[in-house]
Amino acid sequence: MSTAATQAPAVGRDLGYKTYSIGGFRFERDEYFAHITYPGGRHLMPIDAFLRALMRDVAWGFFYGTVNFDEVLGTTNYYGEVELFLGAKNEAFVRARRDVTERFSSADFMKICKAILSDWTNEGFDPFAAPLETAAPFGDKRGSNDKALERERVSAHRMVGLAGDTEVRTNANGYPVNRMFEDVPQHQPVVEALPGFANEVAAFNLFGYLSRSDVTWNPSVCSVLRDSLFCPTSEEYILPIDHGNDRVEWFIQLSDEITWDVKDGATGRPRARVTMRAGDVAAMPADIRHRGYSTKRSMLLVWENGSSAIPELIRSGKAPVVPVKF
Amino acid sequence: MSGKQTVFGSLEHYEKGGVQVIDDDPKHYVFSNAFEIASKSKPYEKVCAGQNLRYVLEILRAEGTSPWFAADHDESALILDGEIEVHFVKPDQAAVPAGKEGSIKLAAEPKGKKMGWVKCRLGHQALLPKGAAYQFKAVGKPGVIMLQTIKGDLTVEKWAEICQTK
Repeated sequence: MSTAATQAPAVGRDLGYKTYSIGGFRFERDEYFAHITYPGGRHLMPIDAFLRALMRDVAWGFFYGTVNFDEVLGTTNYYGEVELFLGAKNEAFVRARRDVTERFSSADFMKICKAILSDWTNEGFDPFAAPLETAAPFGDKRGSNDKALERERVSAHRMVGLAGDTEVRTNANGYPVNRMFEDVPQHQPVVEALPGFANEVAAFNLFGYLSRSDVTWNPSVCSVLRDSLFCPTSEEYILPIDHGNDRVEWFIQLSDEITWDVKDGATGRPRARVTMRAGDVAAMPADIRHRGYSTKRSMLLVWENGSSAIPELIRSGKAPVVPVKF
Repeated sequence: MSGKQTVFGSLEHYEKGGVQVIDDDPKHYVFSNAFEIASKSKPYEKVCAGQNLRYVLEILRAEGTSPWFAADHDESALILDGEIEVHFVKPDQAAVPAGKEGSIKLAAEPKGKKMGWVKCRLGHQALLPKGAAYQFKAVGKPGVIMLQTIKGDLTVEKWAEICQTK
């Protein structure tokens, strides 16, 4: 077989989907797969996995660090610029010098990503939903679901529920309790603020708030202490990406159970499996990638340090990869 | 576990997960459990369960009435078990030196204006606003609070005691 860059055989059938290109990469889809053609070859991903991963990359502005779609394809955020790669975080590809990386302006690549997501997402498929909650994305193009794609990411400035900040979720503002959280208590705290202190004496039902989340694996900022961000999320099925953070992050399991596959961030080699149940607290070091599995929809608190200085501190060895040594 | 029953932990019942090592050191994951920590803590001892540079998560066993605390920055308290009141006072004079990080313990309720109070149960999160003095009161049985805060004089580190090491 030739090792020269190949032209993908044309899909050759008009299924209604558009093809997109940026730099040396071309994106096409058929009934079942995304085809990513790049200098050196062609990579395939199941279209459901591809769209779920792409949705997170778009919704999170390419997130912190590396968003691995699978063992081969991914992006790395340089905050204003983003790298798209095939194989750069896979030791076999790197050893064989088969990895390809291109850097783009984040704005340019985001345009392409949003266009792909919009065109390739059929009516009835919600890439933010768990598989049991949504239709399948397979087949010829039929309709669209831009409403699902354009949800705004929730980001509180101080704490959910404060005046002028993110609202609590209710039936009235379009957030019914999810089917898997029907037993989660919805009682609100008693708040008795004396005159002049209404925005200082405050509390809300965080678990009730999470029970009304209409998305999965989508951390939203609920409380802020300078760079300390509480980003809880509801999880069901699989985290659509293998997240290689560029900083330490922490998980606090608020309910049920998630199992995490943890691999080396640079090579993809398995390092550990972490099972977390209600009350468990664990760090994810800055040199790994992780993917979670949750059968029962569960509540997870993702705790991040959002300081923009951290990636360089980690790269230069001035901040630790492991948060605590003991 | 039935398909749709949501399982929370408590001081009375929790099940820990753990780190299954393949090629790593379990200490890298700093794995602990908030209920286990609180089951062994003194009332309102601020045990550090998570640290990200200057920021920490502190786990408190809420039992009886706490001392008065204050901080020169916001904090938040997430209730993981129990029923807990938080009472607030705006001190007439700043209780904490400006710029000091982490909470401090006050000798007594400071002179100042009462701000109000909240009563929180499982899953409720309360703001502990910058500059306010606050006191916790566990209603009935002991509970568990997780604080979002900055490392300070009261932060207790005992990682080897609380974390999985093998």
